[in-house]
Amino acid sequence: MAACYETVTCSYQLNMDVINVSHLSKQFREFDAVTDLSFTVREADVYGFLGQNGAGKSTTIRMLLTLITPTAGEIELFGMNLRTHRKEILRQVGAVIERPDLYKYLSAYENLLLFAKMSGLRVQRKQLMEQLEMVGLAERAGSKVKTYSQGMKQRLGIAIALVHNPQLVILDEPVNGLDPQGIADMRNLIMHLSRHLKKTVMVSSHLLNEMEQIATRMLIIDKGKKITEGTVDELFDPAKTLVEVEVDDTKAAAEIISKSHWAARLQQVNADHLVLQLHKNQLAQLNKDLIEMNIEVTGFKSGNSLEKYFLSLTGTNQHVAAFTN
Amino acid sequence: MWQLLQIELFKIFRKPRTYISFGAIAAMVIIVQIALKFDGQSYIEFILGSLKETLDIPYATILNGYFVCFVILNLLLIHIPLLIALVAGDEVAGEANMGTLRLLVSKPVSRTELMLAKFFATVVYTALLLAWMAFLSLALSILLFGKNDLIIARSDALEIISRTDIMWRYLAAFAYATIALTTVAALAFLLSVFAENSIGPIVSTISIVIVFTILSEMQIPLYDRTVKPYLFTSHMLGWKGFFYLKTDAEGVSIPGTIENLPAVLKSMGILLGYIVLFAGAAIVVFKRKDILS
Amino acid sequence: MKYFFYILPFFLFAFAANSYAQDATALVKKVKAKLDKVNDYEATGEMKTNVSFMKVPAAQVKVYFKKPGKVKIKNEKGVSLVPKGTVSISLNNLLSGQYQALDGGTDNIDGITVKIVKLLPLDENGEVVLSKLYIDEARLLILRSKTTTRESGTNELEMSYGKFTDYALPDKIVFSFNTQDYKLPKGVTFDYDDGSQKKKETGTKESQRGKIEITYSRYIINKGVSDDVFK
Repeated sequence: MAACYETVTCSYQLNMDVINVSHLSKQFREFDAVTDLSFTVREADVYGFLGQNGAGKSTTIRMLLTLITPTAGEIELFGMNLRTHRKEILRQVGAVIERPDLYKYLSAYENLLLFAKMSGLRVQRKQLMEQLEMVGLAERAGSKVKTYSQGMKQRLGIAIALVHNPQLVILDEPVNGLDPQGIADMRNLIMHLSRHLKKTVMVSSHLLNEMEQIATRMLIIDKGKKITEGTVDELFDPAKTLVEVEVDDTKAAAEIISKSHWAARLQQVNADHLVLQLHKNQLAQLNKDLIEMNIEVTGFKSGNSLEKYFLSLTGTNQHVAAFTN
Repeated sequence: MWQLLQIELFKIFRKPRTYISFGAIAAMVIIVQIALKFDGQSYIEFILGSLKETLDIPYATILNGYFVCFVILNLLLIHIPLLIALVAGDEVAGEANMGTLRLLVSKPVSRTELMLAKFFATVVYTALLLAWMAFLSLALSILLFGKNDLIIARSDALEIISRTDIMWRYLAAFAYATIALTTVAALAFLLSVFAENSIGPIVSTISIVIVFTILSEMQIPLYDRTVKPYLFTSHMLGWKGFFYLKTDAEGVSIPGTIENLPAVLKSMGILLGYIVLFAGAAIVVFKRKDILS
Repeated sequence: MKYFFYILPFFLFAFAANSYAQDATALVKKVKAKLDKVNDYEATGEMKTNVSFMKVPAAQVKVYFKKPGKVKIKNEKGVSLVPKGTVSISLNNLLSGQYQALDGGTDNIDGITVKIVKLLPLDENGEVVLSKLYIDEARLLILRSKTTTRESGTNELEMSYGKFTDYALPDKIVFSFNTQDYKLPKGVTFDYDDGSQKKKETGTKESQRGKIEITYSRYIINKGVSDDVFK
């Protein structure tokens, strides 16, 4: 990746919270989109912002970008209040909000020039071409955006978000509509932004497998409320290992387990399996005890994945359908 | 702010639909000029009514560039609001429809500055459209038909204006027409804030202008006293006031005068007031609006 | 014999009437003779139009005349709407043709005693029905004329003389004539309504009076005028 150019001076101090949101709420006329949400994004985080469709992720991001006015709560970026220091803050923020929509009747170069000027930059052609080179669009710089594929538009959106060298990059559903190569490229880009360019990246997504690979910290929300927040290690606590036990008669098995010392560990009773949460070291003992309790175990799966963790927190498998692209 | 204005003008003049307006005006003006070139006498007979039975009508001298320009303005200015709404109604709603509005508003530019830049860009577009119309309807007409005194038909009077007393009136009239059409632009701009598709604001603006124009032109005493003085469409025809002259005690018109300049200035003031009202309301509403597009 | 004295007054009256008629005819002949000195002229003047529905600036015009009866008012640098009866602004035309002159008594115009002569055209099909001339006998100049026509009502001419008295050509004429009212639908004209008091409405078909005043600054007399001018 080409080196970025220092055209915007960063005025905030290092090692401080880049985003600090406290008790944020947004009520629309018909429903409450976000309720009492608080979270912190630290410098150099790749912050995963997870939730189902309609959980409130986009609403929260739009509030961070002043597209939506909160009903209650405070937002601070770079230690400054967003309400009172909007311009200084936004000079240091680059964002791709959902699908990047651009001026179709203009070329890539013209789009980039336009938004670079709006970000307060005095730009030269060379700089802009370098930016397009970085995202692999230099050869199509003069083509109108209406001739671009979805992946190319996404890359142009990234170029626009990065043209003014922001310290915070917010990506809202950046892999939507991308093919597997595009998704991999996006993942690599995010890693590059964070590890090499030392930028703080906030990514909202519902592609949990991807987030698992790149996020350093995560926030999970559901129905506008925070469910949990923490580092991957904090979330995937060995003491909180999830175990799926497949049995023929889950009701009967659940009844037996609920009378045993494993009762407190029982998390869910599904149609064909039970879910228990226990320390990783207790797996063998559980297996043994189940046999002794004459429970016919037909399958035994353990180990945490973000998807499983997410589903365990937010609801049942019936929500899986909501995640298909 | 200047940079923002440049960006907005760049966007307007890179859109193909902008040039539809300029092309449409050229077509309309040239069609009228061709018609009058071939049969201007019929039109003059129409406006002079039965007077040709009692007066000698010098058709050749009446049909001159100044007369043709006035005919064009009389026929076409009523259609220009559609071309204005086409761009003004697209300013915010078009961005929302394209999805670019969220990018714009997340830039380090205040919403007020953004809206002012968009509005002033619309004003520049309106002025350029009028300048184009002025060039075609006045300059081209003079080239094709020459110059002479101007005869104007009012509903109950004929005015003849000496050729040396006309040009400044046209300049004033075009300036006034620019203000009048900016009022339409401001209305379309305001309605654009409420929509995420430009068709709504464009159609709404034209509907309002048509309904208000009908109310303004109807001779119903109930409306004359209550509604008419407050409709902006009642004042949009104020450009004609520059062509109404004062007369002396003998009924001879006095060159260089305007029959009722205070009324024209008052109408202009009312239009400017509406512009401030509509544009101001657009900014206030936009500042509070949640951008969901 | 006594019948002679009954009939005598009638004879005396008829004699007197005939004398007066002969006086009127003779006067008109003398006036015509003076007017006939002019075969043609090109006059320059300023024309002011005073018609209720017309707002017209004062215009520089040329008035052309050529015997026996051609008259044309032209605004060579602008637009002027001239009433169709302008043929009668030429006094020469008023006295052309065959007519019977009758004594109409006397009157006073601006302190000058004038003889009134009524002219009855002998041509019963002509446009003019009656002309009434107010003649300054001393100078053989017509100061006023009233002409009643079949189609256009009554026209009046007021003349003032100064520099061109010798040729019986006026310095100034005021021509009054009938004209129709003028109206166009507001939906066609799209008038600007400035909110002022509207003019008193008159009937659309009612005849109204208009006035044209021409103040002559120059005459070019008997130098020839082309017939093309009158086309």
